Amino acid sequence: MSVARPAMLQLGVRRMVVASALLFVIFLAAWQWLPGLLGIPPFIIPSVSLVWQEFLHMLARDRLLFHTGITAMQVGVGFILGVMLGVLCGFALGMSPTAEFVLSPYILALQIAPKVAFAPLFIIWFGYTVYPKILVCILIVFFPVMINVLGAVRALDPDVVRLAKSFTANRFQVFWKIEFPAAMPPLFAGLRIAATLAVIGVLVGELVGGNMGLGYLLAFSEGAGETAKVFVTIIMLTLIGIALYGIVVAVETRVLHYLPSRARLAI
Amino acid sequence: MPRTPRLEFRDVTKRFANPRQGSVVVAVEGVSLSIADGEVVSLIGPSGCGKSTLLNMGSGLDPASSGEVYVDGERVTKPNRHVAFMLQKDLLLPWRTIVENVELGQEILGVPRGERRDRALALLAKCRLPDFVHHYPHQLSGGMRQRAALARTLAVDPSVLLMDEPFSALDAQTKMVLQQDLGRTLADTGKTALFITHDLIEAVALSDRILVMSQRPGRIIEEITVDIADRDNPMRRRQHPKVAAYVVQLMNLLQIEQAAA
Repeated sequence: MSVARPAMLQLGVRRMVVASALLFVIFLAAWQWLPGLLGIPPFIIPSVSLVWQEFLHMLARDRLLFHTGITAMQVGVGFILGVMLGVLCGFALGMSPTAEFVLSPYILALQIAPKVAFAPLFIIWFGYTVYPKILVCILIVFFPVMINVLGAVRALDPDVVRLAKSFTANRFQVFWKIEFPAAMPPLFAGLRIAATLAVIGVLVGELVGGNMGLGYLLAFSEGAGETAKVFVTIIMLTLIGIALYGIVVAVETRVLHYLPSRARLAI
Repeated sequence: MPRTPRLEFRDVTKRFANPRQGSVVVAVEGVSLSIADGEVVSLIGPSGCGKSTLLNMGSGLDPASSGEVYVDGERVTKPNRHVAFMLQKDLLLPWRTIVENVELGQEILGVPRGERRDRALALLAKCRLPDFVHHYPHQLSGGMRQRAALARTLAVDPSVLLMDEPFSALDAQTKMVLQQDLGRTLADTGKTALFITHDLIEAVALSDRILVMSQRPGRIIEEITVDIADRDNPMRRRQHPKVAAYVVQLMNLLQIEQAAA
Protein backbone atom coordinates (compact mmCIF):
# COMPACT_ATOMS: atom_id res chain seq x y z
CA MET A 1 0.00 0.00 0.00
CA SER A 2 2.84 2.35 0.81
CA VAL A 3 3.99 1.97 -2.78
CA ALA A 4 0.53 2.05 -4.35
CA ARG A 5 -0.49 5.31 -2.75
CA PRO A 6 2.03 7.68 -4.30
CA ALA A 7 1.39 6.03 -7.66
CA MET A 8 -2.33 6.59 -7.29
CA LEU A 9 -1.67 10.14 -6.23
CA GLN A 10 0.49 10.68 -9.29
CA LEU A 11 -2.25 9.30 -11.49
CA GLY A 12 -4.65 11.78 -9.87
CA VAL A 13 -2.25 14.66 -10.52
CA ARG A 14 -1.82 13.63 -14.16
CA ARG A 15 -5.56 13.46 -14.62
CA MET A 16 -5.91 16.96 -13.18
CA VAL A 17 -3.23 18.32 -15.51
CA VAL A 18 -4.93 16.75 -18.52
CA ALA A 19 -8.30 18.15 -17.49
CA SER A 20 -6.78 21.58 -16.99
CA ALA A 21 -5.10 21.54 -20.43
CA LEU A 22 -8.30 20.31 -22.07
CA LEU A 23 -10.26 23.15 -20.53
CA PHE A 24 -7.73 25.64 -21.87
CA VAL A 25 -8.09 24.28 -25.41
CA ILE A 26 -11.89 24.43 -25.16
CA PHE A 27 -11.62 28.01 -23.91
CA LEU A 28 -9.43 29.04 -26.86
CA ALA A 29 -11.72 27.28 -29.35
CA ALA A 30 -14.79 29.00 -27.91
CA TRP A 31 -13.04 32.36 -28.10
CA GLN A 32 -12.08 31.70 -31.73
CA TRP A 33 -15.43 30.59 -33.10
CA LEU A 34 -18.23 31.33 -30.66
CA PRO A 35 -18.42 35.13 -31.25
CA GLY A 36 -18.69 34.54 -35.00
CA LEU A 37 -21.40 31.91 -34.53
CA LEU A 38 -23.34 34.23 -32.27
CA GLY A 39 -22.94 37.10 -34.73
CA ILE A 40 -20.80 39.23 -32.43
CA PRO A 41 -18.65 41.57 -34.60
CA PRO A 42 -14.83 41.56 -34.17
CA PHE A 43 -14.80 45.13 -32.82
CA ILE A 44 -16.74 43.85 -29.80
CA ILE A 45 -14.92 40.54 -29.31
CA PRO A 46 -12.00 39.90 -31.67
CA SER A 47 -11.21 36.22 -32.11
CA VAL A 48 -8.14 34.72 -30.51
CA SER A 49 -6.28 34.53 -33.84
CA LEU A 50 -6.95 38.23 -34.46
CA VAL A 51 -5.66 39.08 -31.01
CA TRP A 52 -2.54 36.99 -31.67
CA GLN A 53 -1.92 38.82 -34.96
CA GLU A 54 -2.40 42.13 -33.22
CA PHE A 55 0.08 41.02 -30.55
CA LEU A 56 2.71 40.38 -33.23
CA HIS A 57 1.95 43.72 -34.87
CA MET A 58 2.24 45.57 -31.60
CA LEU A 59 5.57 43.89 -30.88
CA ALA A 60 6.85 45.20 -34.18
CA ARG A 61 5.19 48.62 -34.43
CA ASP A 62 3.94 49.79 -31.04
CA ARG A 63 6.98 49.02 -28.89
CA LEU A 64 4.81 46.65 -26.87
CA LEU A 65 7.76 45.22 -24.94
CA PHE A 66 9.00 48.70 -24.07
CA HIS A 67 5.61 49.70 -22.65
CA THR A 68 5.28 46.38 -20.84
CA GLY A 69 8.74 46.87 -19.39
CA ILE A 70 7.89 50.37 -18.17
CA THR A 71 4.73 49.15 -16.46
CA ALA A 72 6.51 46.13 -14.98
CA MET A 73 9.30 48.34 -13.65
CA GLN A 74 6.81 50.68 -11.99
CA VAL A 75 4.91 47.73 -10.52
CA GLY A 76 8.15 46.22 -9.20
CA VAL A 77 9.48 49.43 -7.66
CA GLY A 78 6.08 50.42 -6.23
CA PHE A 79 5.53 46.96 -4.80
CA ILE A 80 8.92 46.76 -3.12
CA LEU A 81 8.71 50.27 -1.65
CA GLY A 82 5.10 49.78 -0.55
CA VAL A 83 5.93 46.47 1.12
CA MET A 84 8.94 47.94 2.91
CA LEU A 85 6.89 50.87 4.16
CA GLY A 86 4.05 48.56 5.20
CA VAL A 87 6.35 46.21 7.10
CA LEU A 88 8.07 49.13 8.81
CA CYS A 89 4.82 50.81 9.88
CA GLY A 90 3.24 47.49 10.84
CA PHE A 91 6.03 46.67 13.27
CA ALA A 92 6.32 50.22 14.57
CA LEU A 93 2.61 50.49 15.31
CA GLY A 94 2.48 46.92 16.61
CA MET A 95 5.18 47.66 19.15
CA SER A 96 3.76 50.98 20.27
CA PRO A 97 0.09 50.85 21.27
CA THR A 98 0.27 54.60 21.91
CA ALA A 99 1.34 55.31 18.34
CA GLU A 100 -1.37 53.02 17.04
CA PHE A 101 -4.03 54.76 19.15
CA VAL A 102 -2.93 58.24 18.08
CA LEU A 103 -2.51 57.41 14.40
CA SER A 104 -5.37 54.94 13.90
CA PRO A 105 -7.99 57.51 12.77
CA TYR A 106 -5.65 58.79 10.06
CA ILE A 107 -4.64 55.32 9.01
CA LEU A 108 -8.28 54.29 8.85
CA ALA A 109 -9.20 57.36 6.80
CA LEU A 110 -6.38 56.74 4.37
CA GLN A 111 -7.33 53.08 4.23
CA ILE A 112 -10.95 53.86 3.37
CA ALA A 113 -10.15 56.63 0.88
CA PRO A 114 -10.12 55.12 -2.63
CA LYS A 115 -6.42 55.14 -3.45
CA VAL A 116 -7.02 55.44 -7.19
CA ALA A 117 -8.55 58.88 -6.58
CA PHE A 118 -5.10 60.11 -5.62
CA ALA A 119 -3.76 59.48 -9.13
CA PRO A 120 -4.84 62.86 -10.61
CA LEU A 121 -3.47 64.64 -7.55
CA PHE A 122 -0.09 62.97 -7.88
CA ILE A 123 -0.03 63.90 -11.56
CA ILE A 124 -0.60 67.52 -10.61
CA TRP A 125 2.32 67.22 -8.22
CA PHE A 126 4.80 65.25 -10.30
CA GLY A 127 3.67 65.66 -13.90
CA TYR A 128 3.59 62.95 -16.53
CA THR A 129 6.48 60.99 -15.05
CA VAL A 130 6.82 57.54 -13.52
CA TYR A 131 6.51 58.92 -9.98
CA PRO A 132 2.70 59.34 -9.77
CA LYS A 133 2.24 55.71 -10.91
CA ILE A 134 4.76 54.38 -8.42
CA LEU A 135 3.21 56.49 -5.69
CA VAL A 136 -0.32 55.15 -6.28
CA CYS A 137 1.16 51.66 -6.30
CA ILE A 138 2.95 52.24 -2.98
CA LEU A 139 -0.22 53.58 -1.41
CA ILE A 140 -2.34 50.67 -2.56
CA VAL A 141 0.24 48.01 -1.60
CA PHE A 142 0.97 49.57 1.78
CA PHE A 143 -2.29 48.76 3.58
CA PRO A 144 -2.75 45.01 3.26
CA VAL A 145 0.90 44.60 4.25
CA MET A 146 0.77 46.96 7.21
CA ILE A 147 -2.53 45.62 8.56
CA ASN A 148 -1.31 42.03 8.41
CA VAL A 149 2.01 42.76 10.09
CA LEU A 150 0.31 44.85 12.76
CA GLY A 151 -2.19 42.06 13.39
CA ALA A 152 0.61 39.51 13.65
CA VAL A 153 2.52 41.53 16.23
CA ARG A 154 -0.69 41.98 18.23
CA ALA A 155 -1.67 38.31 18.02
CA LEU A 156 1.70 37.12 19.31
CA ASP A 157 1.38 35.18 22.56
CA PRO A 158 2.86 37.48 25.26
CA ASP A 159 4.20 34.40 27.04
CA VAL A 160 6.53 33.72 24.10
CA VAL A 161 7.96 37.21 24.53
CA ARG A 162 8.25 36.64 28.28
CA LEU A 163 10.08 33.40 27.63
CA ALA A 164 12.64 35.22 25.48
CA LYS A 165 12.92 37.95 28.12
CA SER A 166 13.45 35.37 30.84
CA PHE A 167 16.49 34.26 28.82
CA THR A 168 17.64 37.90 29.18
CA ALA A 169 16.75 38.85 25.60
CA ASN A 170 17.03 42.56 24.83
CA ARG A 171 14.51 44.50 22.75
CA PHE A 172 16.30 43.81 19.49
CA GLN A 173 16.61 40.09 20.20
CA VAL A 174 12.89 39.87 20.99
CA PHE A 175 12.19 41.53 17.64
CA TRP A 176 14.66 39.55 15.59
CA LYS A 177 14.16 36.09 17.11
CA ILE A 178 10.45 36.25 17.99
CA GLU A 179 8.37 39.07 16.53
CA PHE A 180 9.84 39.21 13.06
CA PRO A 181 9.65 35.49 12.23
CA ALA A 182 6.23 35.24 13.89
CA ALA A 183 4.91 37.89 11.50
CA MET A 184 6.00 36.02 8.37
CA PRO A 185 2.85 33.94 7.66
CA PRO A 186 0.46 36.92 7.89
CA LEU A 187 2.96 39.07 6.00
CA PHE A 188 2.88 36.68 3.07
CA ALA A 189 -0.92 36.59 3.15
CA GLY A 190 -0.72 40.38 2.81
CA LEU A 191 1.86 40.15 0.04
CA ARG A 192 -0.42 37.91 -2.02
CA ILE A 193 -3.16 40.54 -1.84
CA ALA A 194 -0.69 43.35 -2.46
CA ALA A 195 0.75 41.63 -5.54
CA THR A 196 -2.64 41.65 -7.26
CA LEU A 197 -3.29 45.27 -6.25
CA ALA A 198 0.09 46.59 -7.36
CA VAL A 199 -0.78 46.31 -11.07
CA ILE A 200 -4.04 48.19 -10.52
CA GLY A 201 -2.18 51.02 -8.80
CA VAL A 202 0.25 51.55 -11.66
CA LEU A 203 -2.41 51.09 -14.33
CA VAL A 204 -4.64 53.77 -12.85
CA GLY A 205 -1.74 56.20 -12.81
CA GLU A 206 -0.98 55.44 -16.43
CA LEU A 207 -4.61 55.75 -17.51
CA VAL A 208 -4.90 59.17 -15.94
CA GLY A 209 -1.92 60.61 -17.72
CA GLY A 210 1.33 59.84 -19.46
CA ASN A 211 2.75 58.63 -22.73
CA MET A 212 4.35 55.40 -21.59
CA GLY A 213 3.30 52.06 -20.24
CA LEU A 214 0.46 49.65 -20.86
CA GLY A 215 -2.10 52.01 -19.35
CA TYR A 216 -1.21 54.61 -21.97
CA LEU A 217 -1.42 51.95 -24.68
CA LEU A 218 -4.80 50.87 -23.32
CA ALA A 219 -6.24 54.39 -23.35
CA PHE A 220 -4.80 55.06 -26.79
CA SER A 221 -6.21 51.82 -28.27
CA GLU A 222 -9.60 52.47 -26.75
CA GLY A 223 -9.62 55.94 -28.30
CA ALA A 224 -8.72 54.50 -31.68
CA GLY A 225 -11.42 51.84 -31.37
CA GLU A 226 -8.89 49.04 -31.73
CA THR A 227 -10.45 46.32 -29.61
CA ALA A 228 -7.81 43.72 -30.38
CA LYS A 229 -5.12 46.05 -29.00
CA VAL A 230 -7.16 46.50 -25.82
CA PHE A 231 -7.30 42.72 -25.48
CA VAL A 232 -3.54 42.40 -25.94
CA THR A 233 -2.89 45.09 -23.34
CA ILE A 234 -5.20 43.47 -20.79
CA ILE A 235 -3.40 40.15 -21.31
CA MET A 236 0.01 41.78 -20.85
CA LEU A 237 -1.16 43.47 -17.64
CA THR A 238 -2.44 40.14 -16.37
CA LEU A 239 0.88 38.50 -17.18
CA ILE A 240 2.73 41.12 -15.12
CA GLY A 241 0.38 40.42 -12.21
CA ILE A 242 0.85 36.67 -12.55
CA ALA A 243 4.64 37.06 -12.62
CA LEU A 244 4.63 39.14 -9.45
CA TYR A 245 2.23 36.77 -7.70
CA GLY A 246 4.39 33.84 -8.78
CA ILE A 247 7.48 35.45 -7.27
CA VAL A 248 5.63 36.06 -3.99
CA VAL A 249 4.45 32.44 -3.85
CA ALA A 250 7.94 31.14 -4.70
CA VAL A 251 9.54 33.20 -1.93
CA GLU A 252 6.74 32.20 0.45
CA THR A 253 7.29 28.47 -0.06
CA ARG A 254 10.95 29.00 0.76
CA VAL A 255 10.37 31.16 3.83
CA LEU A 256 7.36 29.33 5.24
CA HIS A 257 8.63 25.83 4.50
CA TYR A 258 8.09 24.90 8.16
CA LEU A 259 4.30 25.22 7.98
CA PRO A 260 2.33 21.97 7.89
CA SER A 261 1.14 21.38 4.32
CA ARG A 262 -2.52 21.79 5.29
CA ALA A 263 -1.77 25.35 6.40
CA ARG A 264 -0.43 26.31 2.97
CA LEU A 265 -2.53 27.54 0.07
CA ALA A 266 -2.73 25.51 -3.13
CA ILE A 267 -2.41 28.62 -5.34
CA MET B 1 26.56 27.90 59.06
CA PRO B 2 23.82 26.97 56.56
CA ARG B 3 24.60 27.32 52.86
CA THR B 4 23.07 30.11 50.82
CA PRO B 5 19.65 28.99 49.58
CA ARG B 6 19.26 28.71 45.84
CA LEU B 7 16.00 30.61 45.86
CA GLU B 8 14.74 32.80 48.63
CA PHE B 9 11.69 35.04 49.03
CA ARG B 10 11.84 37.48 51.93
CA ASP B 11 8.51 38.89 53.00
CA VAL B 12 7.38 39.39 49.41
CA THR B 13 4.13 41.18 48.64
CA LYS B 14 2.68 41.87 45.22
CA ARG B 15 -0.08 44.38 44.60
CA PHE B 16 -1.74 45.05 41.28
CA ALA B 17 -3.49 48.31 40.57
CA ASN B 18 -6.86 47.85 38.94
CA PRO B 19 -7.26 51.15 37.09
CA ARG B 20 -10.82 50.48 35.95
CA GLN B 21 -12.16 50.14 39.47
CA GLY B 22 -9.50 52.32 41.01
CA SER B 23 -8.78 49.56 43.51
CA VAL B 24 -5.67 47.67 44.43
CA VAL B 25 -5.57 43.87 44.41
CA VAL B 26 -3.15 42.16 46.75
CA ALA B 27 -2.11 39.01 44.92
CA VAL B 28 0.39 37.67 47.43
CA GLU B 29 1.18 38.96 50.87
CA GLY B 30 4.20 38.50 53.09
CA VAL B 31 5.53 35.35 51.46
CA SER B 32 8.83 34.07 52.76
CA LEU B 33 10.30 30.85 51.52
CA SER B 34 13.70 29.34 51.03
CA ILE B 35 14.74 26.51 48.76
CA ALA B 36 18.07 24.79 49.32
CA ASP B 37 20.40 23.50 46.63
CA GLY B 38 19.00 20.44 44.90
CA GLU B 39 15.62 20.70 46.59
CA VAL B 40 12.35 20.30 44.71
CA VAL B 41 9.50 22.25 46.25
CA SER B 42 5.90 22.24 45.10
CA LEU B 43 3.56 25.14 45.50
CA ILE B 44 -0.08 24.25 45.78
CA GLY B 45 -3.13 26.39 46.38
CA PRO B 46 -6.57 27.41 45.14
CA SER B 47 -6.93 29.07 41.73
CA GLY B 48 -6.02 32.73 41.72
CA CYS B 49 -4.00 32.55 44.92
CA GLY B 50 -0.97 34.14 43.29
CA LYS B 51 1.18 31.07 42.62
CA SER B 52 2.05 32.23 39.13
CA THR B 53 2.70 35.73 40.46
CA LEU B 54 5.32 34.29 42.80
CA LEU B 55 6.91 32.52 39.89
CA ASN B 56 7.01 35.65 37.74
CA MET B 57 8.73 37.51 40.55
CA GLY B 58 11.20 34.66 40.93
CA SER B 59 12.11 34.87 37.24
CA GLY B 60 12.59 38.63 37.47
CA LEU B 61 9.89 39.38 34.89
CA ASP B 62 7.71 41.21 37.42
CA PRO B 63 9.11 43.20 40.33
CA ALA B 64 7.84 42.62 43.87
CA SER B 65 5.85 45.48 45.40
CA SER B 66 7.73 44.99 48.64
CA GLY B 67 10.17 42.44 49.96
CA GLU B 68 13.04 40.84 48.11
CA VAL B 69 13.77 37.79 45.99
CA TYR B 70 17.24 36.25 45.98
CA VAL B 71 18.75 33.63 43.71
CA ASP B 72 22.11 32.25 44.83
CA GLY B 73 22.29 35.13 47.26
CA GLU B 74 21.90 37.72 44.51
CA ARG B 75 18.91 40.00 44.55
CA VAL B 76 16.60 39.45 41.56
CA THR B 77 15.51 42.67 39.89
CA LYS B 78 15.41 41.62 36.24
CA PRO B 79 15.57 38.41 34.23
CA ASN B 80 18.88 36.66 34.79
CA ARG B 81 20.59 33.53 33.63
CA HIS B 82 20.26 31.76 36.99
CA VAL B 83 16.55 31.17 36.55
CA ALA B 84 14.59 29.54 33.75
CA PHE B 85 10.90 28.91 33.58
CA MET B 86 8.62 26.41 31.96
CA LEU B 87 4.89 26.82 31.49
CA GLN B 88 1.87 24.70 30.71
CA LYS B 89 2.22 25.88 27.11
CA ASP B 90 5.37 24.53 25.48
CA LEU B 91 6.01 27.90 23.74
CA LEU B 92 8.04 26.20 21.03
CA LEU B 93 8.61 28.48 18.04
CA PRO B 94 6.96 26.89 14.98
CA TRP B 95 9.61 28.18 12.56
CA ARG B 96 12.46 26.51 14.44
CA THR B 97 13.27 22.84 14.50
CA ILE B 98 13.29 21.12 17.87
CA VAL B 99 17.04 21.45 18.30
CA GLU B 100 16.92 25.12 17.27
CA ASN B 101 14.17 25.67 19.82
CA VAL B 102 16.27 24.06 22.53
CA GLU B 103 19.12 26.39 21.56
CA LEU B 104 17.01 29.56 21.89
CA GLY B 105 18.10 30.48 25.42
CA GLN B 106 21.78 29.80 24.80
CA GLU B 107 21.57 31.75 21.55
CA ILE B 108 20.21 34.78 23.40
CA LEU B 109 22.95 34.42 26.01
CA GLY B 110 25.56 34.39 23.24
CA VAL B 111 26.82 30.82 23.58
CA PRO B 112 28.90 29.91 20.47
CA ARG B 113 27.08 27.91 17.80
CA GLY B 114 28.96 24.61 18.06
CA GLU B 115 28.85 24.55 21.83
CA ARG B 116 25.13 25.21 22.07
CA ARG B 117 24.33 22.63 19.38
CA ASP B 118 26.31 19.95 21.24
CA ARG B 119 24.58 20.79 24.48
CA ALA B 120 21.13 20.84 22.88
CA LEU B 121 21.69 17.47 21.23
CA ALA B 122 22.91 15.94 24.49
CA LEU B 123 19.85 17.23 26.33
CA LEU B 124 17.47 16.02 23.64
CA ALA B 125 19.03 12.58 23.92
CA LYS B 126 18.54 12.72 27.67
CA CYS B 127 14.92 13.84 27.19
CA ARG B 128 14.47 10.86 24.85
CA LEU B 129 13.90 12.89 21.70
CA PRO B 130 17.02 12.06 19.66
CA ASP B 131 15.01 11.03 16.59
CA PHE B 132 13.05 14.27 16.43
CA VAL B 133 15.90 16.74 16.59
CA HIS B 134 15.29 18.17 13.13
CA HIS B 135 11.50 17.94 13.17
CA TYR B 136 9.29 20.96 13.54
CA PRO B 137 7.13 21.31 16.66
CA HIS B 138 3.85 20.61 14.84
CA GLN B 139 5.17 17.16 13.93
CA LEU B 140 5.45 16.17 17.62
CA SER B 141 2.85 15.05 20.15
CA GLY B 142 1.99 17.18 23.18
CA GLY B 143 4.15 15.08 25.49
CA MET B 144 7.14 15.24 23.18
CA ARG B 145 6.76 18.98 22.78
CA GLN B 146 6.74 19.43 26.54
CA ARG B 147 9.88 17.30 26.77
CA ALA B 148 11.52 19.59 24.23
CA ALA B 149 10.45 22.55 26.37
CA LEU B 150 12.12 20.91 29.36
CA ALA B 151 15.31 20.46 27.34
CA ARG B 152 15.15 24.14 26.33
CA THR B 153 14.80 25.10 30.01
CA LEU B 154 17.75 22.95 31.05
CA ALA B 155 19.90 24.12 28.14
CA VAL B 156 20.76 27.43 29.78
CA ASP B 157 21.96 25.49 32.84
CA PRO B 158 19.90 27.50 35.33
CA SER B 159 20.43 27.30 39.10
CA VAL B 160 16.69 27.23 39.63
CA LEU B 161 13.87 25.88 37.48
CA LEU B 162 10.53 27.57 37.88
CA MET B 163 7.71 25.42 36.55
CA ASP B 164 4.12 26.54 36.25
CA GLU B 165 1.86 23.50 35.84
CA PRO B 166 4.09 22.11 33.09
CA PHE B 167 2.14 18.88 32.67
CA SER B 168 -1.44 20.01 33.25
CA ALA B 169 -2.34 20.01 29.55
CA LEU B 170 -1.25 16.41 29.02
CA ASP B 171 -3.28 13.24 29.23
CA ALA B 172 -2.94 11.17 32.41
CA GLN B 173 -0.56 8.52 31.05
CA THR B 174 1.75 10.95 29.23
CA LYS B 175 1.78 13.05 32.37
CA MET B 176 3.06 10.15 34.48
CA VAL B 177 5.80 9.40 31.95
CA LEU B 178 6.91 13.04 31.94
CA GLN B 179 6.82 13.24 35.72
CA GLN B 180 9.14 10.28 35.74
CA ASP B 181 11.43 11.98 33.23
CA LEU B 182 11.44 15.17 35.24
CA GLY B 183 12.05 13.41 38.56
CA ARG B 184 14.96 11.51 37.09
CA THR B 185 16.42 14.54 35.31
CA LEU B 186 16.20 16.73 38.41
CA ALA B 187 17.92 14.03 40.46
CA ASP B 188 20.62 13.44 37.81
CA THR B 189 21.44 17.09 37.38
CA GLY B 190 20.92 18.03 41.01
CA LYS B 191 18.79 20.99 39.94
CA THR B 192 16.68 23.05 42.28
CA ALA B 193 13.05 23.52 41.31
CA LEU B 194 9.95 25.37 42.35
CA PHE B 195 7.00 23.54 40.90
CA ILE B 196 3.47 24.88 40.72
CA THR B 197 0.74 22.31 40.36
CA HIS B 198 -2.93 21.61 40.99
CA ASP B 199 -2.35 17.90 41.00
CA LEU B 200 -1.97 16.79 44.62
CA ILE B 201 -0.48 13.39 43.80
CA GLU B 202 1.96 15.04 41.40
CA ALA B 203 3.10 17.34 44.20
CA VAL B 204 3.63 14.41 46.56
CA ALA B 205 5.34 12.28 43.90
CA LEU B 206 7.85 14.91 42.80
CA SER B 207 8.75 17.06 45.78
CA ASP B 208 10.87 17.19 48.90
CA ARG B 209 8.56 19.77 50.38
CA ILE B 210 5.10 21.12 49.59
CA LEU B 211 4.05 24.69 50.35
CA VAL B 212 0.32 25.28 50.63
CA MET B 213 -1.07 28.71 49.86
CA SER B 214 -4.29 30.35 50.98
CA GLN B 215 -6.96 32.10 48.97
CA ARG B 216 -6.10 35.58 47.69
CA PRO B 217 -4.27 37.43 49.09
CA GLY B 218 -1.98 34.42 48.88
CA ARG B 219 -0.01 33.49 51.97
CA ILE B 220 1.84 30.33 52.76
CA ILE B 221 -0.31 28.56 55.33
CA GLU B 222 1.45 25.24 55.64
CA GLU B 223 4.70 23.56 54.84
CA ILE B 224 4.77 19.81 54.49
CA THR B 225 7.94 17.75 54.22
CA VAL B 226 7.34 14.72 52.04
CA ASP B 227 9.03 11.91 53.89
CA ILE B 228 9.00 9.19 51.23
CA ALA B 229 12.03 7.61 49.58
CA ASP B 230 12.69 7.54 45.82
CA ARG B 231 12.34 11.20 44.91
CA ASP B 232 14.19 10.32 41.72
CA ASN B 233 11.48 7.80 40.85
CA PRO B 234 8.03 9.42 40.99
CA MET B 235 6.45 6.35 39.41
CA ARG B 236 7.43 4.18 42.37
CA ARG B 237 6.72 6.95 44.83
CA ARG B 238 3.12 7.20 43.63
CA GLN B 239 2.55 3.62 44.72
CA HIS B 240 3.86 4.20 48.22
CA PRO B 241 1.24 3.64 50.95
CA LYS B 242 2.06 6.98 52.60
CA VAL B 243 0.89 8.98 49.56
CA ALA B 244 -2.79 8.78 50.49
CA ALA B 245 -2.17 10.32 53.90
CA TYR B 246 -0.36 13.29 52.34
CA VAL B 247 -3.13 13.77 49.80
CA VAL B 248 -5.76 13.76 52.56
CA GLN B 249 -3.74 16.31 54.51
CA LEU B 250 -3.54 18.55 51.42
CA MET B 251 -7.26 18.14 50.70
CA ASN B 252 -8.04 19.28 54.22
CA LEU B 253 -5.74 22.26 53.99
CA LEU B 254 -7.27 23.31 50.69
CA GLN B 255 -10.80 22.70 52.06
CA ILE B 256 -11.69 20.73 48.98
CA GLU B 257 -14.46 18.73 50.68
CA GLN B 258 -16.11 21.88 52.01
CA ALA B 259 -16.09 23.32 48.51
CA ALA B 260 -17.86 20.23 47.20
CA ALA B 261 -20.47 20.13 49.99
